Amino acid sequence: MSLWIMVVLTSLGSYGLKLAGVSLPQSVLNHPRVQRTAYLLPPAMLTALIVTGLFDANGHYGVDWPVLAGVGAGAIAMRFKASLVTVFIVAIVTCAVLQLIV
Amino acid sequence: MSETTRFPPRDRDARVTDTDFPERAAITRAAVGIGVYAGAFGVTFGAIAIASGLTVLQALLMSVVAYTGASQFAFVGVVAAGGSPLAGLSAALLLGTRNMFYGVPVTQVVQPRGLQRLWTAHFVIDETTAMAVAQRDSRAGRYAFWATGVSLYSLWTIGTLAGALIGSGINTAAFGLSAAAPAIFLALLWPQLSRDGAATVAIVAALVTLVLIPLTPPGVPILAAAVVAVVVGATPAKSHATRKES
Repeated sequence: MSLWIMVVLTSLGSYGLKLAGVSLPQSVLNHPRVQRTAYLLPPAMLTALIVTGLFDANGHYGVDWPVLAGVGAGAIAMRFKASLVTVFIVAIVTCAVLQLIV
Repeated sequence: MSETTRFPPRDRDARVTDTDFPERAAITRAAVGIGVYAGAFGVTFGAIAIASGLTVLQALLMSVVAYTGASQFAFVGVVAAGGSPLAGLSAALLLGTRNMFYGVPVTQVVQPRGLQRLWTAHFVIDETTAMAVAQRDSRAGRYAFWATGVSLYSLWTIGTLAGALIGSGINTAAFGLSAAAPAIFLALLWPQLSRDGAATVAIVAALVTLVLIPLTPPGVPILAAAVVAVVVGATPAKSHATRKES
């Protein structure tokens, strides 16, 4: 039940933020510090999501090697300017193949 | 209707009738392309959502109403890692704040008035904003916004449903999908690192997250990374004098 509530709140909250963006006076959103915080939030949080995805094993340090290798392979593809879909496919195929072998 | 005639090409009717600008075909192709990749990510989101313990209906509801990929992946990522749904909600909404700021450029291009804001808002995401502001004039910008928004939304939603149904039937962990979410986050993060201060914030956020993993409940390390961004963002920008160049 709690999951349902959070799914609904996340959904409505996400829409609410968008609605606020097209409704609030632009002077509020154009404040330099507000803007800078907004631009820095995604890189900070995406980094945190990557770190926990790779090194968090239920509250302990732990690495799932096929996953790490898959993401690493995706990162290499990205270095070679692969498209988002290519990066994604490289990552999951590498991970799946290693899971079969290991 | 009077306000729509004062500035002719700006409402939905104008969007339908303005078929004569040269970029139209190119914009349409780009919008369809973005929609196809969104469909592929939608399938992934649906499958991961199911693997994280959401029902098909919950996954679909998120794509239909929340309609913001990174936040949705963050929510199911936190829940999958054993974090409380409340931590998932906080992470998703903090990531979603960027959509609020996209409202500034989108409003300037699309110029929604009154109730139009209600449905314009729903389509404000990374891709639609980027497409809208990339066009030469606001007529092309409006078309780019709506074409991308509608294409992406339909395929993202259909993809989510397909992924959720597939994910309910098979063990998605066996298909390398555990690597999908971090890889998507990395692909989203990569272009953002060139923003001034972003790389530094990302490194500090990574260290803070890493230290907190064994010390705090799941989800908290991700929220701590948000605190890093807020602290740096709210600090007067004396070391960020080069910001205007980017």
